[in-house]
Amino acid sequence: MSQYVLRRLLIAAPSLLGISLVLFVVLALAPGDPFAELATNPNVPPEVGLALRARFGLDDPIYLRYLHWLLAMAHGDWGFSFVSRVDVDTLILQRLPATLYVIGSAQVLALLIAIPVGVYAAMRPYSIFDQVANTLAFIGFSLPTFFTGILFILVFSVTLDWLPFVYTSDINATGARWLVEQVRQAIMPVMVLGLFQAASMTRFVRAAMLDVIRLDYVTTARAKGLGQVRVIIKHVMRNAMIPVVTLIALQMPAVFGGAIVTEQIFRIPGIGSLLISSILANDTPVVMAVTFVFACLVVLFNLVADVLYGWLDPRISLR
Amino acid sequence: MLDAELRTMVDEVKDGRMDRRAFVQRMIGLGLTAPMATQILAIGGVAMAQSPSAYKPAKRGGGGPLKLLWWQGPTLLNPHFATGTKEQDGSRLFHEPLASWNADGNLSPVLAAEIPSIQNGGLAADGKSVTWKLKPGVKWHDGKPFTADDVVFNWEYATDPATSTTSIGIYRDITVEKVDDLTVRILFKQPTPFWADAFVGATGAIIPKHLFADYKGARSREAPANLKPVGTGPYKFVEFRPGDLIRGEINLDYHMPNRPYFDTLEMKGGGDAVSAARAVIQTGEYDFAWNIQVEDDVLLRLEKGGKGKAIYAVGGDTEFIALNFTDPNTEVDGERSSIKTSHPLFSDPAVRQALALLVDRDAIKKVIYGRAGRTTANFLNGPEKFVSKNTTWEFNIEKAARLLDEAGWKPGADGIRAKDGKKLKLLYQTSINGPRQKTQAIVKQACQKAGIEVELKSVVASVFFSSDVGNPDTFLKFYADMEMLQIPMTQPDPAQLMRRFHSRYVATKENKWQGQNFPRYRNPDYDAAIDAADNEVDPLRRAAFYIKANDVLWRDTVFIPVMHRLKVEASSNTLRPVISGWANETDNLHDWYREV
Repeated sequence: MSQYVLRRLLIAAPSLLGISLVLFVVLALAPGDPFAELATNPNVPPEVGLALRARFGLDDPIYLRYLHWLLAMAHGDWGFSFVSRVDVDTLILQRLPATLYVIGSAQVLALLIAIPVGVYAAMRPYSIFDQVANTLAFIGFSLPTFFTGILFILVFSVTLDWLPFVYTSDINATGARWLVEQVRQAIMPVMVLGLFQAASMTRFVRAAMLDVIRLDYVTTARAKGLGQVRVIIKHVMRNAMIPVVTLIALQMPAVFGGAIVTEQIFRIPGIGSLLISSILANDTPVVMAVTFVFACLVVLFNLVADVLYGWLDPRISLR
Repeated sequence: MLDAELRTMVDEVKDGRMDRRAFVQRMIGLGLTAPMATQILAIGGVAMAQSPSAYKPAKRGGGGPLKLLWWQGPTLLNPHFATGTKEQDGSRLFHEPLASWNADGNLSPVLAAEIPSIQNGGLAADGKSVTWKLKPGVKWHDGKPFTADDVVFNWEYATDPATSTTSIGIYRDITVEKVDDLTVRILFKQPTPFWADAFVGATGAIIPKHLFADYKGARSREAPANLKPVGTGPYKFVEFRPGDLIRGEINLDYHMPNRPYFDTLEMKGGGDAVSAARAVIQTGEYDFAWNIQVEDDVLLRLEKGGKGKAIYAVGGDTEFIALNFTDPNTEVDGERSSIKTSHPLFSDPAVRQALALLVDRDAIKKVIYGRAGRTTANFLNGPEKFVSKNTTWEFNIEKAARLLDEAGWKPGADGIRAKDGKKLKLLYQTSINGPRQKTQAIVKQACQKAGIEVELKSVVASVFFSSDVGNPDTFLKFYADMEMLQIPMTQPDPAQLMRRFHSRYVATKENKWQGQNFPRYRNPDYDAAIDAADNEVDPLRRAAFYIKANDVLWRDTVFIPVMHRLKVEASSNTLRPVISGWANETDNLHDWYREV
């Protein structure tokens, strides 16, 4: 098992290097200028923009800039944002808690809905419960989050006036009130994201379960006289979870990305909104760092998925 | 009419012995037009009267929290690094200038004890120096006194090229010297009629010497106070998360009596303009939202039974279509739109005039801008005393067609006019932005009716407005026949804005397209008016030069003004914000309060 993990890790390193190179080149070739706003400001002489470009190394050739970046990264220096002149790691660390809190809660919510509903629907295919669950799931993942987000705002904030729709990263309260406020402001974004995730996951869990539930060994287990719950949990679910784990693991980075829209709607100061505003401002060091973090997450969760396979089905790690 | 008599009447209006309307009526009786009468008043200095502050609270604090929503949050808090207005807004929360501009385009003192004038000896009669007296007893948030040394230091800091400040343009051509602890003098190289640039407004905010002295030059980015500002402002710094949140609390030692009103301050960033408007106007979650670029019917809908309203400030921002005076399709020495060429179609003035007749400002105002725009024929739309009354605009397709017919542009078989084998086909570009695209469509339709084919192009704003030399789609390169944009007017003086179109500043390959004259317009008459205005100290004559410069632009149809745009903000019904078209939104924050 440890050899298997090591092998996976060795593959991860060069892929990350390759990803970083591609990201860097794409960003360097993309149009835009972090000092764009200076051009329309008659207060600022044009030389200032040129001097800043030169000072921040924007006029160097791409390979040189990439080498600089790589060397700095190796020393743990993520560079600094051209726009706010704050270190990039500080910026990311500032944004991380909100992202983890909202995305994490949404993911937990999605799992809490998808697994029981999917399993129960698969146990009674084409029953009323299954049909209703399926219909809701189809509606759920057909509606984009920017639509449901605005719908929620209109219903719960504007019409009913129950929930705030601007997320505050630093609530000005202590103790129980802080906790209540923290939960209140996260309800809408977590619901929007969680329900969207749950919808597609439910379909997936159901399909995976149906694949396994008809297999001979399950029938055998039943024939031996094992109880329904035991068969489902011990025999069916363990095998059915392998593709589900892949889906969840590979979806994690995508959720960070998909949350960009939700973060924007609810003004959640997360990584996604940092990426959006940095792209709009052509703040390349931040864009580079955030996309690279996403890439690392993809690789990391792939690794997690691989390890989980090995645990769920020991044959895989021996191959 | 005798000049002396006119001046007496202007003085009477100034002193309040005669109201404006009576003055205008008497002028009309004498055979002058109403606009001309208003013009005389404005030039006579009536508008410069100090407007009294509307601030009411009789004690400091007690106003609870003030919650501001900026849909693009400030990303840095050092005024000398500010690249855009949101950065200026953020740093202005804590750092203060000597004076700031009010809604009428007049100065009101902040850290200055008084506004310099010839009467109080602050302004030199030759226009070559200005002396500012500082308010005594002002303290930085850490308790250190604010003195003339701080002011002089800001000049040294900003002008050091290694510091890489964006304020270098304001400070590099002047000399600042300390007279005594509470007096500084600014020396100009030549007579400078617009003397209130350095240390004024959001761009002139002052940072403390004792915290930045070690971080002048190449180490400027490392100063801890860049992220934890210590200023003199009404609110003290508490917390900053770039692009997301700024928090402040009341400064109990603030130097203005009974101010500030609010106990805490929060500025939240992010999101979009529509939902910002909704959070203020409809749900009342926030007190104030900045720069609400939303179509007017959306705002009107939100305002129905809401908790807030849209408010407007008049500045000098003009949305315009610029015509290219050089040929964008011919390359000379590896350069398109080179000044060695002239535009094949626009070199005929009839074509430019016809285009000006094809822009339906009324429709554009009705459909797009609503309360946030005013139709205009002028490029220069404020302050009032600089606005020309000699120009007119009209929308008239038949007249445009007639003009083109007379100039020999005859419609071909395909309905498109042509002359000497050159077809009237134009490329019209702008930045991607809802109102701009709609305007493009309205103009294109009218052009089609008059036999001009227009191809529309829109470029992402971050590219269009960038100074990126490698990109062909920037507005400064102007590789199109027409382009639509707005050049923000950042101060209530037209010098900077109008100087841009001096033939000295033509954008070329040689200056890496950093010259600001993108229409590549060259006219000795215009240059002469600008040069004269730059050194004219008499305000009346100076205003006349700018009016003339504007009229030259109008006569030559260099720009087709589309709309005089107002600043739109959203405010809760109880908040009394003080907004000026000539200042940043946070520039007069000390005067904000709430009516309970």
